[in-house]
Amino acid sequence: MIYDVAIIGAGIIGASVAYSLSRYDLSVVLLEKECDVALGTTRANSGIVHAGYDPPVGSLMAALNVEGNALMPDLCRDLDVLFEPCGSLVVAHNADEDKVVRELFARGLQNGVPDMEIIGRERILSMEPNLNAAVTTALWAPTAGIVNPWDLCIAMCEVFVRLGGRILLNSEVLATGRDDGHWCLTIPSGTIRAQRVINTAGLYSDEVHAQVSPPDFTILPARGQYYLLDKSQGNQVRSVIFSCPAKDTKGVVVTRTVHGNLMIGPTKEYIHDKDDTATTADGLREIRKKALKMVGSINFRENIANFSGIRANPDKDDFLIRKVSDVDHYYEAAGIKSPGLASAPAIGRYVVDLLREDGVPLPEKQRVLDDPLTMTRRIVRFNRMRPDEREALVKKDARYGRIVCRCETVTEGEVLDAIHSPLPAQTIDAVKRRTAAGLGRCQGGFCGPRIAALLAEELHLRPTEIIKDRTGSYLFTGPTGAEHSGKEPRDAR
Amino acid sequence: MHADLIIIGAGPAGLAAAAEAHRHGIRDILVLERDNEPGGILNQCIHNGFGLHIYKEELTGPEYAARAFDELRDTSVVVKQDTMVLSVSPDRVLSAINPADGYFEVSAGAIILAMGCRERTRGAIAIPGDRPSGILTAGAAQRYVNIEGCMVGKRVVLLGSGDIGLIMARRMTLEGAEVLACVELMPFSGGLTRNIVQCLQDYNIPLMLSHTITDIRGKNRLQSVTVSKVDDDLRPIPGTETEMECDTLLLSVGLIPENELSKTAGVELDPRTGGPRVTDDTRTTVPGIFACGNVLHVHDLVDNVTLEARKAGRAAARFLREEKSDNAGPARLPNGHGRTHPAPSLTIQTDHNVIYTVPQSFRLPLPDKTADIYFRVRSILRECEIVLTDAAGRIVRRVPKDYMTPGEMEKITLSADALNELGTQTLTLSVVEQEARDD
Ligand SMILES: Cc1cc2nc3c(=O)[nH]c(=O)nc-3n(C[C@H](O)[C@H](O)[C@H](O)COP(=O)(O)OP(=O)(O)OC[C@H]3O[C@@H](n4cnc5c(N)ncnc54)[C@H](O)[C@@H]3O)c2cc1C
Ligand SMILES: Cc1cc2nc3c(=O)[nH]c(=O)nc-3n(C[C@H](O)[C@H](O)[C@H](O)COP(=O)(O)OP(=O)(O)OC[C@H]3O[C@@H](n4cnc5c(N)ncnc54)[C@H](O)[C@@H]3O)c2cc1C
Repeated sequence: MIYDVAIIGAGIIGASVAYSLSRYDLSVVLLEKECDVALGTTRANSGIVHAGYDPPVGSLMAALNVEGNALMPDLCRDLDVLFEPCGSLVVAHNADEDKVVRELFARGLQNGVPDMEIIGRERILSMEPNLNAAVTTALWAPTAGIVNPWDLCIAMCEVFVRLGGRILLNSEVLATGRDDGHWCLTIPSGTIRAQRVINTAGLYSDEVHAQVSPPDFTILPARGQYYLLDKSQGNQVRSVIFSCPAKDTKGVVVTRTVHGNLMIGPTKEYIHDKDDTATTADGLREIRKKALKMVGSINFRENIANFSGIRANPDKDDFLIRKVSDVDHYYEAAGIKSPGLASAPAIGRYVVDLLREDGVPLPEKQRVLDDPLTMTRRIVRFNRMRPDEREALVKKDARYGRIVCRCETVTEGEVLDAIHSPLPAQTIDAVKRRTAAGLGRCQGGFCGPRIAALLAEELHLRPTEIIKDRTGSYLFTGPTGAEHSGKEPRDAR
Repeated sequence: MHADLIIIGAGPAGLAAAAEAHRHGIRDILVLERDNEPGGILNQCIHNGFGLHIYKEELTGPEYAARAFDELRDTSVVVKQDTMVLSVSPDRVLSAINPADGYFEVSAGAIILAMGCRERTRGAIAIPGDRPSGILTAGAAQRYVNIEGCMVGKRVVLLGSGDIGLIMARRMTLEGAEVLACVELMPFSGGLTRNIVQCLQDYNIPLMLSHTITDIRGKNRLQSVTVSKVDDDLRPIPGTETEMECDTLLLSVGLIPENELSKTAGVELDPRTGGPRVTDDTRTTVPGIFACGNVLHVHDLVDNVTLEARKAGRAAARFLREEKSDNAGPARLPNGHGRTHPAPSLTIQTDHNVIYTVPQSFRLPLPDKTADIYFRVRSILRECEIVLTDAAGRIVRRVPKDYMTPGEMEKITLSADALNELGTQTLTLSVVEQEARDD
C-alpha cells in the first residue's frame, strides 16, 4: 500500500505530528528505528514546559513555545499525562544577573508570555525557603510547568494507533528514493511507500534529510548530564529553579519531577557520537557544585540514578520546521532543540498547517467528529487513587490487588495494561516508561524479576529473549545448571 | 477490622516475633507479607550457614525459614501472604491490599515492624558511564539465579564485598561464570571473614581492596568496567585505571533498612542505622510500634535477628497487657501514653570508633535479667578494648578484643541490675586501641 503520510522518528515531535494527523482521514505510518518510541532525546531531558521568555524575539521557537505552553495543560488532561503547573524562577545573585533577569522579563513580554513578574529577595525566599539566601531578584513565570516527556509521547502514539495509525518499530529509514510519483523508504524489513514524508528524526534529522537532498544545516550533538534524587529530596523546591545564565557559563536547573523526585542538571558538552549518553565524573561534579551553590540543603547521597540526554542543536538559531525546498512532498521538523518539548503540542499543529498550505486535503474523521473523546486516553494509576477508588478497582479486577513495584506502588494490573496497550510494552524499560514501575529508589531491584516474568508469560518469551531497554540489552545468558563449572573450592573442606 | 497485634513482614524477624508474642499470651495476631510465601530474604539464600545458634545446626536459608514458620503451626497466628502494607498511621491503622481481600484498613493494638532491608544501587554511589543491562545488585542476581533459574551473565566483576556479594561470587562461579575480581573501596572488606575465605579465596577470586569502579562501558549490554585504585581519602588515583572486559557487574555496596512505612507512622529514624530509634525492648518513638530484624539495623546473622524478634514479641505482648489493665483502671491517661511510655532513661552515646548502637537507649527498670548493646565499629581495630562509661567517666564495663571489623556486628551483655542502679543519665560506648591507651 501507499500511505498518505510517513513520519520518520517517534520522539515527542513525531508523536505530536502523528497525534495531530490522527484527527484527519489519512493513512499514516510512523517509523522508528528503536524497539520503542521515546528512546531518543525525548527520554532524557529536563521535562520542563518552559514559559517562553528564553527564545529570541520573533523566532519560530518563541511563537511555538508560548503556544505549546498554553496548549499543554489541556492536552495533558485529555491524555492523562502527569503535568504540574508549578511555575519557574530564574534567580539572580548579583547586579549582573539582575540585569539578565530584567532582559529575560522584557523578552518574555515581547514573546507574549503571560503573568510574569520580577520579584525580590523576601518573596523569593518565602516561595522557596531552601534557596541560597544571597538571592537578589528572580523572574517568576507562573505558566511554566513540569511534564513527563516520555509519557506524553507514548500517550499521543497510543491515540494515534487507536485511531488507525500504524507504528513500525525497529524500522530505521536507511534510504529514501522516488518511484512512480511517491516516496520509497527503505527499512530493514522492506520498503514503505508514501505520498508525503515528514522527517522528525531528532539528532539524525540532518542525516535523514541528506537521503533526499543536501541539508543546509548540521546537528551538533550536545550532551546534558543529570542527577535524579530520591523523593526524600523532592520537596527541596516547589517550582522549577534556574540559575541565571551568565556569560560563558551554563546554568543549572533544580526541579521536581512529576513523580516527586528531585532532578538536577544538565551539563552541556558538545560530543561527536550522537548516541553517547554516558555520564562522567567531571560532569557530575560540576552539577553538584552548581546546584549546592543555589540550594545548599540538597543531599546528594540520596541519589538514585544518573543519566544524560543529547540535544539536537542545529547550527542555526531556530527550529527548522518547513517544506524541504528542493524536493516535493517532503517536510521536516528538524533541529528541535530546547524548548522542543514545551513546543511539541504546537509543532504538531504547525506541521499539519504546512501540509494544508501545500494542498493536502484534510477531511476530519467521522469518528472524531462523532466523539471528541476518541482523541483522549485514560490509564489506571493506582498510586494516585483514593482508598474508595482502590477498593472498587480491586473488586472489579483482582490483578490490581497485587503490588509489583514497591517504590512507586504499581500493580500487576497496570503492568498487564501496559503490555496489552495499543502500543504494547515489550521490554522492562518500556513497562517502566508506561507504569513507573522500576523508576523509584530501588531501581527495579524488587520489581525487575516480577516484570520479567510477566513479559515472558504474556508475550511468550524465553528468558533469554527478555530485553531491558534497547535491542541487545539482554538480561539473561541462559538457564542455571546449564554450564556447571565443576569447580571445587581450592582445598575441599 | 482489628487485630491485637499486627506484624509487617514474614521474614525470620516477623515469624519469630509472632511465635514469641503467641507464647506470651497474645492470640489475635495477624502477619502481613507481600510475597507469596513466608521466609523473606532467606528463601533465596540457598547456601548453608544459618541457625548454628538458635537451632544448633547448620541450615540453608529456606530450611531456617521453614523452621521459623513451623513454630507458628497450631497457633492462632494468621499469616496473610500476597499482601502489601501501603501505610501505617501513628494511631496504628494500617492500609493494605491483596488480590483476595482487595484494599482494606485494619487497626492494631500493637504493631511490630519487620520489613527487612533493601540494597543500595548504582545510583547511591553515582558510578559514571553508560547505562547498559548487566548491572544489578547482588541480591537481585541471587533471586534471578536461585529462584527464577536464570543466569545473569558469564564474565562477572563484583563491586563491594558485602556478604550477599561474596555469596554470589561463589554461586556464579559454581554456575560456570568467571568472576574476575571483587573490587572494594575500603582498605578492608565489609563481609564476614568466613565468607571472604569460603567464597573468594577458595575459588582464587582476587579481592582488590582500596579500588573502585570509575567508568562503565556498553551501549546495550555491559562490555567493560574501569577499575581504579583510590587514595586514603577514597578518591580515585589518576593513572591507575585498568579496564576489565565483562558482561556483568554485581553490586554489593550496602543495605538500607526498609523504613518507608515507619516514616508514614511518624517513627523517628536514626540516621546512623537507617532504622527506628529504639529502647532496649525494641520500642520505637511511637507508642505501641516496635521494630526488629533488618528493618531496625542490618544484621549479618539470622540468629541475631531471631533473638531480637523474640524480644519484640515479648515487648509487644507486655505492652498489650499493660494497655488492657490501664483501660480497666479509672485513672487512665489519654491514650495510655504517659503510663506506658515514660521518657527513656539511659541514653547511649558513642565515640568515633563506633558507628552506631542498638538500642539507642534503655527504659528503666529493665524487664529482663540482662540487656544487650549491639554495635558496629568504623574500621578494623586490633588489640583493643570495648569500654562503657557512665556520665561521671566511671567504667561500667570493659571487654578486651583482639580484632574488630565493621563487617561483623559486636555485642556486649550487661546485667539489668547494674543498669537499673545507674538511673537516668548518658552512657558512652567507646573502643580504645591499646596503643592509643599506652601513649
Ligand atoms: C539535556 C536536555 C534537556 C532538555 N530540556 C528540555 C526542557 O526542559 N524543556 C523542553 O521543552 N525541551 C527540552 N529539551 C529538548 C527536548 O527534549 C527536545 O527538543 C525533544 O525531545 C526533541 O524531540 P524529537 O522528537 O525531535 O527528538 P527525539 O526524541 O530524539 O526523536 C527522534 C526519533 O527519531 C528516531 N530516528 C532517528 N533516525 C531515524 C531513522 N533513520 N529512521 C527511523 N527513526 C529514526 C530516533 O530513534 C528517535 O526516536 C532538552 C533536551 C536535552 C538533551
Ligand atoms: C544474601 C544473604 C545472605 C545471608 N547469609 C546469611 C548466613 O549465611 N547466615 C546467617 O545467619 N544470616 C545470613 N543472612 C542474614 C539474614 O538472612 C537476614 O539478616 C535476615 O533474613 C533478616 O530477616 P528480616 O526478617 O529482618 O528481613 P527479611 O528476611 O528481608 O524479611 C522481611 C519481610 O518483610 C516483607 N515486607 C517488607 N515490606 C513489606 C510490606 N510493606 N508489606 C508486607 N510485607 C513486607 C518482605 O517481603 C519480607 O518477606 C544473609 C542475608 C542475605 C540477604
